[in-house]
Amino acid sequence: MLGQLIVSGLAVGSCYALLALAMVIIYKTSEVLNFAQGEMAMVSSFIAFVLLESYHLSFPVALLLTLLFAAALGAFLDFVFLRPAKDPTVIGLIIITLGFEMILMGLAGWKWGADQRSLPFPVSGFETYNFSGLLMSKINFWTIITCLFLMVLLFLFFQYTKMGTAMRATQQNKSVARLMGIRTKRIFSFTWALSSMIGAVAGMFIAALTVLDPPMMMDPMMKAFAAAVLGGMTSLPGAAIGGAILGVVENLFGGYISLAFKSVVAFAVIVLMLCFRPSGLLGKHFVKKV
Amino acid sequence: MDIKRSYYEDIELFRSKTVLVGFLLFFVLLFLLPWIVAKTHILGLSVYLLNLIIIHCIVAIGLNILVGYTGQISMGHAGFFAIGAFTTVMFITQLGIPFVLALPAAAFISAGFGFLLGLPSLRLEGPYLAIATMGFGMAATTVIKHAEFFGGRMGLQAPKLYLGAVPMKDIHFYYLILGIGILLAIAAIKLFKTKVGRAFIAIRDSDVAAETMGVNLTYYKTLAFAVSAFYTGVAGGLYAFILGFINPEGFHIIMSITFLAMVVVGGLGSIMGSIAGATLMTYLDVKLQAIQDIPGIGAILVSFSEKYMSMSGISNVAIIVYGLIMILIVLFEPLGIFGIWIRIKRYWKTYPF
Repeated sequence: MLGQLIVSGLAVGSCYALLALAMVIIYKTSEVLNFAQGEMAMVSSFIAFVLLESYHLSFPVALLLTLLFAAALGAFLDFVFLRPAKDPTVIGLIIITLGFEMILMGLAGWKWGADQRSLPFPVSGFETYNFSGLLMSKINFWTIITCLFLMVLLFLFFQYTKMGTAMRATQQNKSVARLMGIRTKRIFSFTWALSSMIGAVAGMFIAALTVLDPPMMMDPMMKAFAAAVLGGMTSLPGAAIGGAILGVVENLFGGYISLAFKSVVAFAVIVLMLCFRPSGLLGKHFVKKV
Repeated sequence: MDIKRSYYEDIELFRSKTVLVGFLLFFVLLFLLPWIVAKTHILGLSVYLLNLIIIHCIVAIGLNILVGYTGQISMGHAGFFAIGAFTTVMFITQLGIPFVLALPAAAFISAGFGFLLGLPSLRLEGPYLAIATMGFGMAATTVIKHAEFFGGRMGLQAPKLYLGAVPMKDIHFYYLILGIGILLAIAAIKLFKTKVGRAFIAIRDSDVAAETMGVNLTYYKTLAFAVSAFYTGVAGGLYAFILGFINPEGFHIIMSITFLAMVVVGGLGSIMGSIAGATLMTYLDVKLQAIQDIPGIGAILVSFSEKYMSMSGISNVAIIVYGLIMILIVLFEPLGIFGIWIRIKRYWKTYPF
């Protein structure tokens, strides 16, 4: 029982972790809290659904096209709505991304209605692997594996590629990065594209684990936000750890104590943790200049 | 022109006789509005919609005290709204307290929760505060939903109120809500002419500098949360009665977001702006739900939906318009409707130039 709960918690937690990573990447680079992350992922999952169901493409082709769409969507949102904003305030930026969220949700609801669909996924949710007594559904297993793989890939990207280095430079100091010849505006658009792609992968897994309908990402999105804050909002490993912790804690709480309050426990954990470490587990506390 | 010659001019409610006359005319209009609406159905308004608009104005003023004047973000005001609504109804049905006492009592309970939520805000800011307040909003509605005491998932029926022996109707509520609304709006305007209000503004501009100047951050930050929660609690209590039936599902995160949208669209740091923003957004929200009935645009949208989108989801256009307004306001008029008003006023004051 305990093992099962931990394993399925880890599977959900790794989806949270991916979404949290996507948020953290954007927040680190441009200090925008992207509340639309979940809805961007939801729209991308719907695109995957249409490609698979209406155009009968094979899964890898559909996945590739979905990722391309997600990247275009992310870059588009940054280019059209965030670039024209002249020195906006923190609240202004939050309102802009909340506005995206509503627009994307409205568009998806308008196009696909409120019906619940299931995303045809190559991995079955009912068959299980048996690791010496510990049963694990195939989809849970592959979710965890894919997320770990993506995290390693991201780490390598940030550490060893030119683009990754440029992104880290922009995160550290925008003006100096510009002086070094980095086109920071282009970096922002690229960041949005990258994070939208990561979100799309998470969205497809969540759609496969649950159902596909316009409000499906509301809850995972808030959990992912909580995970990102738990990890410290500016730390990539923090976001991954935060997601895993939240998924497991939530599942254990749901399994042993109360199913009804399962979705609230994440926030209780967050508020408690913030009381002791106001900038998250791995976040650096920076002192503000007056 | 705008030079203030003494301190008393600064704390005056109405700056000149013209402004006073203008406001008196506005109050007379508000007083007569139900009759005008009942006779002409101007703009498709109804007394119920007017009530809803004033209630949202109260929430927007309360939230603006926190977001616009004190600079703290809250994404959990639907929680206070729910607390106000449920406690008012519970006080009346379970304890038999009269409405006149139950409403302020519920508002003070809501303010108490605001004080509690204010405590973590002492150390948090930006995203951290957003998640803490969002968590509060979700927790409040989840607790209400799962507690049998509050009627659980089924919600609560608001008791009938009597005016003497006559049961109160929408029109009676209109005057009640209008009275409370005007009172609270004036209180809010006056608040920012006092020491407390100025401390709030100082905290918004720079909390470290404010602390250096002797503003007690612990006291004033939690106070700002409590005042804001008080306003929202009052609005929630009134909301329960104009709806007649409250259900915890209604107080979700989208509601908190729309409250925030009202404040930003109206203009951060402006009471009249909040009123304008809440009026506009509530009106649009209700009217756009039935977008296919709007002459002209409605027919085009219907044929467009049939061809490319789905007919069942046409009411989602409301959400899209809502989102677009939020984004466009932030991009082009960061001060919201209040900013537009300021620009118009300045243009006419210096007219030929």
